[in-house]
Amino acid sequence: MQITLNINGQDKKMDVEPRTLLAHAIRDAGLTGTHIGCDSSSCGVCTVLLDGNIPVKSCTMFAVSAEGHPITTVEGLAGSNLHPIQQAFHDQHGLQCGYCTPGMMLSSVALLERNPNPSEDEIRFALSGNLCRCTGYQNIVKAVQQAAQAMNQPAGAAADD
Amino acid sequence: MIPGAFDYHRPSSVEEAVALMGQYGLEARILAGGQSLIPAMRYRLAQPAVLVDINKLPNLAYLSEENGMLRVGALVRDTDVEFHQDIQSRYHLIADVSQVVADPIVRYRGTVVGSLCHNDPSGDWAATAIAARAQMVIRGQGGERTEAIDDFIVDSFTTSIQEGEMAVEARFPVPNTRTSGAYEKIERKVGDYATAAAAVQLELAQDGTIKEIGIGVTAVALKALRVAEGEKLLRGQKPTRDLIRAAAEEAAKIADPNPDARGSKEYKKDMARVLVGRGLVKALGRLGVKI
Ligand SMILES: Cc1cc2nc3c(=O)[nH]c(=O)nc-3n(C[C@H](O)[C@H](O)[C@H](O)COP(=O)(O)OP(=O)(O)OC[C@H]3O[C@@H](n4cnc5c(N)ncnc54)[C@H](O)[C@@H]3O)c2cc1C
Ligand code: FES
Ligand code: FES
Repeated sequence: MQITLNINGQDKKMDVEPRTLLAHAIRDAGLTGTHIGCDSSSCGVCTVLLDGNIPVKSCTMFAVSAEGHPITTVEGLAGSNLHPIQQAFHDQHGLQCGYCTPGMMLSSVALLERNPNPSEDEIRFALSGNLCRCTGYQNIVKAVQQAAQAMNQPAGAAADD
Repeated sequence: MIPGAFDYHRPSSVEEAVALMGQYGLEARILAGGQSLIPAMRYRLAQPAVLVDINKLPNLAYLSEENGMLRVGALVRDTDVEFHQDIQSRYHLIADVSQVVADPIVRYRGTVVGSLCHNDPSGDWAATAIAARAQMVIRGQGGERTEAIDDFIVDSFTTSIQEGEMAVEARFPVPNTRTSGAYEKIERKVGDYATAAAAVQLELAQDGTIKEIGIGVTAVALKALRVAEGEKLLRGQKPTRDLIRAAAEEAAKIADPNPDARGSKEYKKDMARVLVGRGLVKALGRLGVKI
């Protein structure tokens, strides 16, 4: 069936079966930053944002069900500069192999939207559905803290640091 | 893995959804959050020929109090409960459970009603609904009926929902200021089903005796169970350490768990006891009663 998905602000027409998972539809559209890491809906590396701020596991949703809901993937985070969460993962060394990173960053963005000043416990709690096999999470938490700070600064203030 | 093929319907009203369920009968399944159904379809444990996606139905995401009941519409996601400040502060049992169902991302999509309809023998909402004495509202082409949770939960993955029907709402009695509850769950990791879990909710009378009480346990039998004998021991009594101990023992007596990677039969039975005890002490503590 023909569907149109709005991914990172662009309408993409695609021909899918009803059973096509959103993760596959996104990857087939050339956006391979959305990863697939498990068969049990457990790892969260496939996380994308629906409607701007709702994290969902794209392996556990049919593409057809996403019609009418704008989707943000990791490719949609950066504008002309890196998104503060991307900059923070870079600065804090919040990744090693990088496989979990897109999902981690999108979950973090959703958290910061809901709670701009999360405590360390709140960060760990909110990211507990995203698994990382490399980092031990320490630097991921630091990255989210840095992003929170950066996003709370009034525009332009960062340049004065 | 990729799910088997199916025909997809996206009705725009409950009437249309129910008509589709009637038309396709046992071939059809409701698709709510999909957080249980889609994994089951990927594993080909479920291969429905028809899916009726209710996510676009209007007016099913309501969460409101009416006539002494909290009405939870079929499209209320777990996060709608988790992030609802008023519910978090007044519904102690529901607040507890809303933070331990699945993992934080799954909760954005999974629905309370969908979890109750799925009726996984290790599900967290079923034990909660038992303890809180919830009701389910079921719609068919013939009309609507309301059912007590004990009648709704029939067996493993089986509810009283009949061919051609869907659940539209779960209802939880509104707690008063002398009502509290707690949910105690042992899980191996975030996002794992319970090794064992217990839900309790109780209301104290003015004289400090237990006026009403509900105790549910999950993951320790083929379905979530009401610990009726334990409730009986406590109802009308002033809570004491010995009474709580005796009531908790009743959970172990009725538990009949399967041994698996999460634990042996003996361990799970004993955890049913331990968790009911802890839940009772915590709920009472929240009402200022130290045991
Ligand atoms: C990684 C992971 C971990 C999880 N851990 C837990 C856990 O610890 N505890 C727990 O309780 N759950 C857990 N779950 C399950 C999760 O909470 C599910 O979301 C929930 O059980 C089902 O809700 P749903 O809305 O996603 O239903 P769906 O998956 O859409 O549906 C489930 C079943 O219920 C039926 N159904 C749904 N809604 C209706 C309706 N309105 N009327 C009639 N039938 C209906 C469907 O046809 C289907 O058969 C986990 C899921 C995942 C992916
Ligand atoms: S790929 Fe693991 S949760 Fe989606
Ligand atoms: S950086 Fe390798 S899985 Fe997280």
